[in-house]
Amino acid sequence: MATPAITTATKRMTIREALSQALREELYRDDRVFLMGEEIGVWGGTYAVTRGFFDEFGERRVRDTPIAEMVIAGAAAGAAMAGLRPVAEIMTINFAFLALDAIVNHAAKVHYMFGGQFSCPLVVRTTTGGGRQLGATHSHSPEIIFAHFPGLYVCCPATASDAYGLLKTAIRNDNPVLFVEHSTLYQKRDEVPAENPDYTLPVGKSNIIREGKHVTLVSFSKGVHICLEAAEKLAQEGIEAEIVDLRWLRPLDTDLLIESFKKTNRMVVVEEGHALFGVGAEITAQVTEKAFDWMDAPIKRVTTIDAPLPYARDIEQMALPDASKVIAAVKEIL
Amino acid sequence: MADLSKEELLDMYYDMVLIRRFEEKSEELYQQGKIGGFLHLYIGQEATGVGAIRALRPEDHFFTAYRDHGVAIARGIDIKGLMAEMLGKATGVSKGKGGSMHLASREHNFWGGYAIVGGHLPLATGVALKARYNNEDFGVLCMMGDGATNIGYFHESLNLSAVWNLPVVWLVENNQYGMGTAVERASGVKEIVKKAAAYGMKEGPRADGMDVIATYDAVKEAMEYARKTGPVLMEALTYRFVGHSMGDPERYRTKDEVREYQEGDPIGKFGAALTTKRKAKKDELVALDKKAAEEVEAAVRFAEESPEPVYEDLFRDIYV
Repeated sequence: MATPAITTATKRMTIREALSQALREELYRDDRVFLMGEEIGVWGGTYAVTRGFFDEFGERRVRDTPIAEMVIAGAAAGAAMAGLRPVAEIMTINFAFLALDAIVNHAAKVHYMFGGQFSCPLVVRTTTGGGRQLGATHSHSPEIIFAHFPGLYVCCPATASDAYGLLKTAIRNDNPVLFVEHSTLYQKRDEVPAENPDYTLPVGKSNIIREGKHVTLVSFSKGVHICLEAAEKLAQEGIEAEIVDLRWLRPLDTDLLIESFKKTNRMVVVEEGHALFGVGAEITAQVTEKAFDWMDAPIKRVTTIDAPLPYARDIEQMALPDASKVIAAVKEIL
Repeated sequence: MADLSKEELLDMYYDMVLIRRFEEKSEELYQQGKIGGFLHLYIGQEATGVGAIRALRPEDHFFTAYRDHGVAIARGIDIKGLMAEMLGKATGVSKGKGGSMHLASREHNFWGGYAIVGGHLPLATGVALKARYNNEDFGVLCMMGDGATNIGYFHESLNLSAVWNLPVVWLVENNQYGMGTAVERASGVKEIVKKAAAYGMKEGPRADGMDVIATYDAVKEAMEYARKTGPVLMEALTYRFVGHSMGDPERYRTKDEVREYQEGDPIGKFGAALTTKRKAKKDELVALDKKAAEEVEAAVRFAEESPEPVYEDLFRDIYV
């Protein structure tokens, strides 16, 4: 395939389209790249990211699997160790618990445990997030659990352009990456540098997506959009919030957020996981250690409440973080 | 032993003896506190490991569980690097990061010993997928204990290997106990090879794993089938003469049972067959015994004189 000329032109697309385009381009770029997972082929992907791929690439490259998460992740890890570049799909992150051993005990450890003899350039794509009335086992956001382990990377894009660049980064990286998409963001649109097939973003670098001087909001994935909504409303009251999108939970980049904190002296961390041992807990610890002298108020956390998520619509929404909770947290510390 | 030359037969005998001496020495070093962690010895199962690994071509790949010293030796990996790994030295095959349960050698297509029971089965599936994906002519031998055949990974990996017709031989080293639980107390199916039917997979033989040539022949045939056609589930019926790991009180079996199997020691049996069939003279075997003991001593010396990994090594090879 001819490589299109690199331009700075962008195209407005949804996260779904951006992911789809990134996968398609990587499949064309490198024959070692292949996809495997449940319903990704004939069905077209449960979130329609791989719609049309089966006809375009055939069953060698787009491999439907049985409903068997242990072997989806484990066989993809083995294929990666053997030199292929698998992108395995686990339909939702809740199912990834079934694959926890393959991802955490094996994909993340083989390089180290055998003294560097093997590498595991694996991408596991999966979907996280609540708010869709799916009940307790299908709605939590446990991506932070995976970020606990050295040897693995965890990437959680919030925008279409990031989804595009970060997925390419993940596929081209020689380490295992858990790539976590949010189930309610697939229709979000923004400008994607989609005419540059080599558009990648660095591993473990966060991004300031809105500048402000009064408070620093730190988040990732859907939380970034909650922060943007909160920041808009706060701006109407003259409060300028700076927003740091972590993009990666591991490697965790704290440089930008600490720089921002030194300017605003106040911080709210927003995440859809539970608070206990979460992203906010970790960031609070690091900011306290590295920038205590700049701290004018306690760091606040806005998270899902400490309960499993229910089915009933109204109370599920009450359990999740939203812009009003972020605004309330900001006002508490200003 | 029809297709094996005298030299090959003596090599196999030598490997079995070398494994036995290596394991006896390991036990000693463990008792001296020089080897740490868990130590699972291969004593009694040498015919299975040597027969199976010798049946592979150089381009074939193999995996095993944590009782992994024997197959590493059978593949011809220098025992200096293996012993150094056991002692946790920087010169070990896994640079002292893996230990007894995590030996591996990339250049020998030995993907490792794995300590999570069944954890290597999907990895073997993935390596076998590469053969089909790239249309390469190699097979994968995935060895496991009988205990691994009751775990979820077994089901998912064997099923996918059948769906995708992957070139894998699933070789169950049936030493009759998963730790201390007898096969019939842990599995609804008593003859493990019968589980092949659940996956529409070729049911391979239950080879005599105490007979190195029988194991060799059975694995060789299974690997040929796997490369050409698809996966095979087979067993090698064997027995470990020692505990599951160091410090096993062995309450689950009688001393008489162990003694009975020891009377059919695979090394003694193979040595006797070689002399009876005039493939080797007694002196030749005695000389090989002596050579193996010396090779083990040299490996221990190398390992003991090797440097320890240093603090900085803790942070090496976490990521590529």
